[in-house]
Amino acid sequence: MNYLAGQFDIAVIGAGHAGIEAALAAARLGCKTVVFTINMDAVGNCPCNPSIGGTAKGHLVREIDALGGEMGKTADECFLQSRMLNRGKGPAVHSLRAQIDRRKYSDVMKHKLELQENLELHQAEITDIKKDENGYTVTTRMLGEYKVKAVIIATGTYLGGRIFVGEVSYESGPDGIFPASFLGQSLKDLGLPLRRFKTGTPARVLRSSIDFSDLEEQLGDEPPIPFSYDTEELGENKIKCHISWTNEKTKEIILENIKRSPLYGGKIEGVGPRYCPSLEDKIVRFAEKKRHQLFIEPCGLDTEEMYLQGMSSSLPEEVQVKFYRTIKGLENCVIMRPAYAIEYDCVDPTEMKATLEFKRFEGLYGAGQFNGSSGYEEAAAQGLIAGINAALKIHGKDELVLDRSTSYIGTLIDDLVTKGANEPYRMMTSRSEYRLVLRQDNADVRLTPVGRKIGLISDDRWNRFNRKQELKAEEIKRISKVVIPPSDEINKILVSRETSQLTTGAKLIDLLRRPQLSYEDLAPIDTTRPELDSNIFEQVEIEVKYAGYIEKQLKQVEQMQRLENKKLPENMNYTEIKGLRLEAQEKLNKIKPLNIGQASRISGVSPADINVLLIWLGQKRR
Amino acid sequence: MDNKTIAAIATAQGEGGIGVIRISGGKAIEIADKVFRSVNDKKLSGLKGYSAAFGHIVKDNEAVDECVAMVFREPKSYTGEDVVELSCHGGLFITREVLRIVLDEGAILAQAGEFTKRAFLNGKMDLTEAEAVADIISAKSRIAARAALCAKEGALWNKIEAVKNKLVATAAHLSAWADYPDEDIEEVSTDNLSASFIEVKGALDDLLSTYDKGQIIKEGIDTVIAGKPNAGKSTLMNLLSGHDRSIVTEIPGTTRDIIEEKALVGDVVLRLSDTAGIRDTEDTVEKIGVDLAKQRLRNSGLVLAVFDSSEKLDQNDYDLIEAVKDLETVAVINKDDLESKIDENDIKSKIKRVVKLSAKTGEGRDSLEKIITEIAGTENFNPSEGILANERQRQAALNARDSLNEAIESLNMGMTFDAVGVALEDAIGYILELSGERVSDVVVDNVFHNFCVGK
Repeated sequence: MNYLAGQFDIAVIGAGHAGIEAALAAARLGCKTVVFTINMDAVGNCPCNPSIGGTAKGHLVREIDALGGEMGKTADECFLQSRMLNRGKGPAVHSLRAQIDRRKYSDVMKHKLELQENLELHQAEITDIKKDENGYTVTTRMLGEYKVKAVIIATGTYLGGRIFVGEVSYESGPDGIFPASFLGQSLKDLGLPLRRFKTGTPARVLRSSIDFSDLEEQLGDEPPIPFSYDTEELGENKIKCHISWTNEKTKEIILENIKRSPLYGGKIEGVGPRYCPSLEDKIVRFAEKKRHQLFIEPCGLDTEEMYLQGMSSSLPEEVQVKFYRTIKGLENCVIMRPAYAIEYDCVDPTEMKATLEFKRFEGLYGAGQFNGSSGYEEAAAQGLIAGINAALKIHGKDELVLDRSTSYIGTLIDDLVTKGANEPYRMMTSRSEYRLVLRQDNADVRLTPVGRKIGLISDDRWNRFNRKQELKAEEIKRISKVVIPPSDEINKILVSRETSQLTTGAKLIDLLRRPQLSYEDLAPIDTTRPELDSNIFEQVEIEVKYAGYIEKQLKQVEQMQRLENKKLPENMNYTEIKGLRLEAQEKLNKIKPLNIGQASRISGVSPADINVLLIWLGQKRR
Repeated sequence: MDNKTIAAIATAQGEGGIGVIRISGGKAIEIADKVFRSVNDKKLSGLKGYSAAFGHIVKDNEAVDECVAMVFREPKSYTGEDVVELSCHGGLFITREVLRIVLDEGAILAQAGEFTKRAFLNGKMDLTEAEAVADIISAKSRIAARAALCAKEGALWNKIEAVKNKLVATAAHLSAWADYPDEDIEEVSTDNLSASFIEVKGALDDLLSTYDKGQIIKEGIDTVIAGKPNAGKSTLMNLLSGHDRSIVTEIPGTTRDIIEEKALVGDVVLRLSDTAGIRDTEDTVEKIGVDLAKQRLRNSGLVLAVFDSSEKLDQNDYDLIEAVKDLETVAVINKDDLESKIDENDIKSKIKRVVKLSAKTGEGRDSLEKIITEIAGTENFNPSEGILANERQRQAALNARDSLNEAIESLNMGMTFDAVGVALEDAIGYILELSGERVSDVVVDNVFHNFCVGK
């Protein structure tokens, strides 16, 4: 017998990286929120790499933090080693990545959910979602019914999850946890078409079985840089990672057994991501490469499990043992958890608006892998936006849509809801056309005012943010005034940096404009420099050095805004516009773009179609 | 969108086997049904697209001509609209008569290029294709028509594609290198980047250099025929323009002293103008005329300086030689049929190209034609190479080249590659503007296609 278990504003299904941010944001914005997890010990689980951030993903974490999300803070609390990737490749592509203690991360997140006001955390599998006049009823496997105004689906790889290891396959969520076996049917009954995606993870091996003596070490930055603008200091790096390589023998074993892969054998129907292929994928697709790199990363301080980044596979366990043992350092490795591929149900994200609410189901939202993305950070970003929008809507406020020029989060969501995902979507810096503006160092400048307006930034943090902006402005003023006279000392620095010497005095700001010179280089001669947060110096230096390029991108942003400002009616029937090609009509009717800019990004809508739309809009206005 | 139904004669006007009247627009079939009666009495409105009916064009219940009516339904037609093509017997009178009947029933006479304009607006062809069709319609010489045809068939497209692919590959390499720091991806070096930018810039330079040729081929060369009175300017003009009357149009001169005409010489169109003589004068009114003529000379693309070989060179001739010696000039020594009294060396020492001919008999015209083709640079021009045909295309190519220059400059300054990337992507944006596409996904797809990246 079903029973009424509770009434809430918002139900969040899943307590992974998307569910956590959605639930915390909703509760913090004053909505009574319930969040369900299939297994209480799997809250904030990291079933793949024991790290947060990475290229473009580091940007996402910074942006989540700037808006008032939790991922960056928790990653800082659980950090083991931190590196700023791409130093030397330019500030646009600097990305922070931290190795984290994965069990601790899960515990800390769970505890935060438990302590959060307005929030209840339940261990329950949701089996059914039904729409009713006041919102939705969600039902648990234990027959509890929850009446809610809005539902956020963040089911990750649990929804219809199925694991594949060679010829072996069975229904399962990640890390041997139960899958969500019933919800998929309920969503189909509701009218949401689902499809299958696939992802995978490498083996975890026992630390003491690895011979590190000949392996290259990978150390963290000193001092390590935190994700969160709230974290003052991280302390010291706690671990080392190691690098090794596959070889001809590895390749040989994999090719001998390739038919035993469920992917090549045709058992997996799900679409996998091109950018994180299994090792067998890499070997088949890039046959000319003789070796592939791997990273050996500790999973935590209280465990001997080591993660083998780059070595995901769905070959039989027997074959895994053989090929892992061909790798230098792993000759005697003991596999604690085998690598596996997992297939799961997800939705076509073009069913959603940029608020992440389903166009056809008011009050129903999706986030994370359920929306066709991949990665913890992508999931958290969407969870945050879905949670914020569900809460704003319940409060009758304007919803939040971040456009591409404001953030990677906006770019991610625009890509998903406009172009859809034919494979699990991963964030990359090359997906943003405004990289030099959307940097990881200035996420606070871009988004903290937005977070403040929504209500996720405390007074204390807001004051600190404003103070920081003042200090930054003062510093720019200072370096614009300070004149450095020519001297042996400065010229020695200039010569050592291979840039021209001073014959007359130069302003500090002009010296800083030179690509060869950094703030640090100029420290000895900059005697009036104040003590400031390193992030302030970072932002000032980038803004000074790249001023011309940033200006150029801002102009591109302006140009784009012109198209974004040409709004298209929401309930437009594009079949009625003569001159649009059939494919364009269908796509436009499906996506219902908010404006010409979004319309121009839909695949299948050609520039000629955009011309037709522009002409139509122009005539309508007359 | 302009919903008016338009009609025009779609075949060449003249005596031919068949003449086609094309009707396009929302009422095309309705209008055709009013003028066409099929032998089996079926209405065209009952026909599917791509089908034809045989019958007659009727006016006041009388058959005007036999006719096959082809029905095309939107969007599957040339313009993307409903289209009916009425194929009648050829001949100026019949086709014009049928067109008149169609116009009487409510169609509007199509403007030049309007079918193509609609095809473009309806997404039936991309911008370069549409531009090419427009160029074919307005082509003034065979080589121009051939170049335009090639543009439509993708010669220009291929050239742009080659430049674009090179840039996208470079951008993709930069992206993969930045997005996958853990992968074993070939380091991007300043030298390699610089080399590929310079290579693409060279290709853009080539493309841009075709613009001038393209202009010559499309628009013709502004040509001034200069010389003292009675040197034979008018006769020369007639000789040149008389070659193919059908494509020569007469435009009234802007002043009484300048007459303009177009002439086809070889594969080159000359826009000819005759000017007043160049001579020193104290007379104020005459001086204005002379100044105007001098200015005209300076602005021209080609000067044909005409000299009378039956007389000795006089002051007027020497003034002319001085005025044109630094311009693109052919000295035409006329009246070669008469006894020569002229001192040719005085001309040859100042003007490189000299042709002797008789404008009256036409003797020597071939030599002049050969020299003009040489000057126009169309001699070895292969129209299938593709050319930048208009200002829009030129501007996009110029912008792309400017962006590449910025990228090269940033590299030389020692800026990081993300800043170089801004200029690079700008360049790609302009190239895509040139070809009428858009960017970013292209780069992402290329990353996946060419680089081994993974978890």
